Amino acid sequence: MRDRGIILGGLIVFLGVITFPVWYNLAAGTTSKPPDLKLPTQENNCVAPVEYMRTSHMDLLMDWREQVVRQNIRTFKAFDGKTYTMGLSQTCLKCHTSKADFCDRCHDYAGVKPTCWNCHVDPTLAQRSKA
Amino acid sequence: MSIDRRTFLGVAGLSALAIAGKSSLVVLAQGGQRKAVTGIQPAPRWAMVIDARKCEKDQGCTDCIAACNKAHNVPQFPEPAHQVKWIWKEPFENAFPDQGSLYTAEAYRDVPIPVLCNHCEKPPCVRVCPTKATWKREDGVVMMDWHRCIGCKYCIVACPYGSRSFNFFDPRPRIKELNPDFPTRSIGVVEKCNFCEERLAKGERPACVVACREKVLVFGNLNDPGSEVRELLRAHYTIRRKPELGTDPNIFYLV
Repeated sequence: MRDRGIILGGLIVFLGVITFPVWYNLAAGTTSKPPDLKLPTQENNCVAPVEYMRTSHMDLLMDWREQVVRQNIRTFKAFDGKTYTMGLSQTCLKCHTSKADFCDRCHDYAGVKPTCWNCHVDPTLAQRSKA
Repeated sequence: MSIDRRTFLGVAGLSALAIAGKSSLVVLAQGGQRKAVTGIQPAPRWAMVIDARKCEKDQGCTDCIAACNKAHNVPQFPEPAHQVKWIWKEPFENAFPDQGSLYTAEAYRDVPIPVLCNHCEKPPCVRVCPTKATWKREDGVVMMDWHRCIGCKYCIVACPYGSRSFNFFDPRPRIKELNPDFPTRSIGVVEKCNFCEERLAKGERPACVVACREKVLVFGNLNDPGSEVRELLRAHYTIRRKPELGTDPNIFYLV
């Protein structure tokens, strides 16, 4: 059992290396806490239940895009019976007024780069260009 | 109870006749009101009549162009080869090369004529688009889906009116005043006049038509015999741009 020290030492180094990402994130303060989203205050319901929007808002937006652009259908009947005009800048951002505090926070966290904003205008951007 | 072959065939034939007769009776009873049966209204066919005689009076006026540029976030590039144009003015002899002769063109030489996408009945741009990013809507609007445009520029080559422009650069910094209600385009995408389809959806007339103080541009439905455009077409002789190409434009000019 002369190698006990080497074996134990090696094990400790090995565990240290393999758990390095955990220590690194703890030290940097970038833990796995979810992004802090600013939710709209004036409205309680979105156009679909929260769970659906959380997982599938991109599918819903694709459906909207298909219907408005290609089929000339402009209104959307929501799950609670309300009707909405389909539009990213017009409808979504009416409640979620800040793209930076809502869309971007989650997308940055998830590391996705949707191309919506290459063309669709963030209304706060338009206001800034006017000022 | 048994039934022989002859009686069975007789009864079956009579029943079939009764069923067929009933449905045709229903149709006949409505007295040919097909609209009531199907509930389908004929789709509009949007068109525009441009009164060049009125427009030539103030040749420096750009109200229609400015209104369109503002409504649709049309970028302004100084270099002519990079320009993005939805509605613009073209000298008469360029807009109507087939109308020119040594003598008649005199009255109209260098007179600027407002031109835009002709929303052709047989649009060549639609035929060549490999991704169906542009297509002819039922109401006559030659529509574009910028999401689907891959920037191959076939449509630019196909359009005989120069109505399509390509974004060689990022258009965002070239837009004077961003309109948040309408998207911009991105680099590498073709764009053109959309006949203000976003306004048509709300029941409004196109922005250029509303902006013109002299009422040079008249917009309406060709399928409605009482519409203003049909009235103008009935009362006046109109010309269209390059009709010999068979594209059947929906923009008419009074000269």
